[in-house]
Amino acid sequence: MEFIIFIALLAIGFFAGSYAEQKHYLEIKQRERKSLHVPLMNFGAKQELPYAHEAQMFVGSVVIANDYFKTFAATLHNLVGGRVVVYESLLDRGRREAVLRMKEEAIAWGASQVVNVRFETSNIGGQETTRTPAMVEVIVYGTGIR
Amino acid sequence: MTVAKRRPATAIILTTLEGVPGKEVIEHYGLVQGSTIRAKHIGKDILAGFKNIVGGELKGYTELLQEARQESVDRMVMQARQLGANAVINVRFATSAVAPGAAELFAYGTAVKVQ
Repeated sequence: MEFIIFIALLAIGFFAGSYAEQKHYLEIKQRERKSLHVPLMNFGAKQELPYAHEAQMFVGSVVIANDYFKTFAATLHNLVGGRVVVYESLLDRGRREAVLRMKEEAIAWGASQVVNVRFETSNIGGQETTRTPAMVEVIVYGTGIR
Repeated sequence: MTVAKRRPATAIILTTLEGVPGKEVIEHYGLVQGSTIRAKHIGKDILAGFKNIVGGELKGYTELLQEARQESVDRMVMQARQLGANAVINVRFATSAVAPGAAELFAYGTAVKVQ
């Protein structure tokens, strides 16, 4: 019985998870295309201040979790080591989503560019048991100028 | 996060740059900081447990951490106000898990007066 539940969870995780991921990627790509006209830069130190009339800080953040199947796959990966592809897509999605949230807010404010962008990633999963899926918070912040 | 929306009219300018574009720094007041420690909400934790099966964004946690971060920024801004500053430059954030289920959100920057 336990085994059946486990298999069912794996299947749900795999199908629902990859469906959601594909949908999310499509959405991300669309939104990225829409916000291409505002450049992001991550320089700031030892650099002359950009010419602008107003500046304001913008923050975008997202908490993202793995699905059951990926968590299981990553556990198996731990045995052999190497590249854990399932986590790569998780963080990639999270980061791009956070960037988009910051950027869209800056665009709504009327920013012509966003400078000195900084990324930060932190694991908020807490307990380090193998079955606890990765929960990662990604935050992106920068200064919008106009 | 809506750092900007809840700011009053005589707002403190926050930037991640080493100054405020279009303005000149006339006085430095030193480092200001704000922090808050938040624990997870049990209801949200249960919902997150379900969400962990299918994966994706955990909206409850995103909101929780945004609120908490706003609070740490507010505390930093309050400190800057007490010093008589009208801007905080070079703002940085840091997050650390201090205990299972609790995270510290920390914001710091340099308080300055700009003109």
